[in-house]
Amino acid sequence: MGFIEFLFTRNQMVLRLLLEHIWLVLFAIIIAIIVGVFLGLISAYYPIISKIILPFTQITMTVPSIALMGILIPLVGIGMINAIICLVVYSLLSIVRNTYTGIKEIPEEYIEAARGMGMTKRWILFKIKLPLALPVIIAGVRTSIVMIIGIGAIMSYIGVGGLGDLIFRGIARTSRNMILTGAIFVSILSIVTDFFFGKLENYFVKKTS
Amino acid sequence: MHLKKDYNIYYPIILVILGIATAVYFVNNPGGTMAARLLNYDEIIRTCREHIILVIISIIGAILFSVPMGIIVTRPRFKSIAPIVDNLTNIAQTVPSLAVLALVYTALGLGFKTGLFALWLYTLLPILRNTSAGIQAIPDEIIEAAKGMGMSPVHIIYKIELPLALPVIMAGIRVSAVVCTGAAALATFIGAGGLGDLVVTGLALSRNTIIFTGGILTALFGMFIDSIFGILESYLVTKRNFDM
Repeated sequence: MGFIEFLFTRNQMVLRLLLEHIWLVLFAIIIAIIVGVFLGLISAYYPIISKIILPFTQITMTVPSIALMGILIPLVGIGMINAIICLVVYSLLSIVRNTYTGIKEIPEEYIEAARGMGMTKRWILFKIKLPLALPVIIAGVRTSIVMIIGIGAIMSYIGVGGLGDLIFRGIARTSRNMILTGAIFVSILSIVTDFFFGKLENYFVKKTS
Repeated sequence: MHLKKDYNIYYPIILVILGIATAVYFVNNPGGTMAARLLNYDEIIRTCREHIILVIISIIGAILFSVPMGIIVTRPRFKSIAPIVDNLTNIAQTVPSLAVLALVYTALGLGFKTGLFALWLYTLLPILRNTSAGIQAIPDEIIEAAKGMGMSPVHIIYKIELPLALPVIMAGIRVSAVVCTGAAALATFIGAGGLGDLVVTGLALSRNTIIFTGGILTALFGMFIDSIFGILESYLVTKRNFDM
């Protein structure tokens, strides 16, 4: 059976796995954005906390995803919880780091000017700091989401579905078409996401400048 | 000449000791006879050796390929294709490691060589991108000044361009080393061995001690490679600053 023919006969399954993959990644990235921006803000405001959080995120980054998955199995077992923890941990790094640098890089004059206008600290955060840091935060989300699309494919190994299923099943059955479908769709998904977030980033860069 | 403060030279040694301690602990406490059959020193040394060979050979191969390629791409003759190469590497970079392994597997079949080739292919991208970006970022005046001093093109590469681009190139090498270690743990899925073997076998047998040993060792190896390349990076950059 040719590759195109395979795609047409299995389109239902491929579509289902693609949607599963997208949902898994979206769920993880939403949690990661909430937690990551919060942690980034805390570390931007309190230098002591930033000294703990930033090196920690950097060390986590060097741990391969399959290792973290393996370490978590005795603790939380296989399945959705394990996968979500892994994806959130890996996407935290760039979001925390970019939120931190985005807020730190805002020129002091802007904050002074806002304070001179009589803005309270909360207003400065929501009206000055966050909007100005937004392009940098979006760049962090972009790196994270592309990375966890790839890690999501590995997480199929512990039974959460997604496009990785096609790759692992294909390897188990030595079905070339199945592997190709899985690999190509995962690649397309991450390239398209990267492209889309690149556009979004440019839009916000133009808007803030 | 001293190393930058943020890299502790004892850090990799501590990681190695932690790794050996983990291996010794789990070999002595395998938690069951079936796990004991797999958790012995021979098996652990075999997986570690395969992992190290996969990572080292693909990184060295990638450096040997990418740095010359980066230099070639930035020559005036190829100025027109440099942006294309940059874009291509950026796009290829977003392809997940598992997908690269799977695609290479469909072309070459199972085995250690397939894993090695896939890892090499995946590792060379950050180095190529950073070499070309680092050389392109050098101001034209510096190259012009070197030409004015009568330096030959080869001399300009060795004495001007490579030393100036060194921090960027080393950052690329470090990133690709970390990426490569992560991908090497997945090489087990296409039958290339490595520490991922322990995790996958443990999952198949549902023996937590095997999974845990594999996971901890893979994680420590990732941190180890990162710290080694961090030390190398800061050493070379400090040495360059000292020489110039």
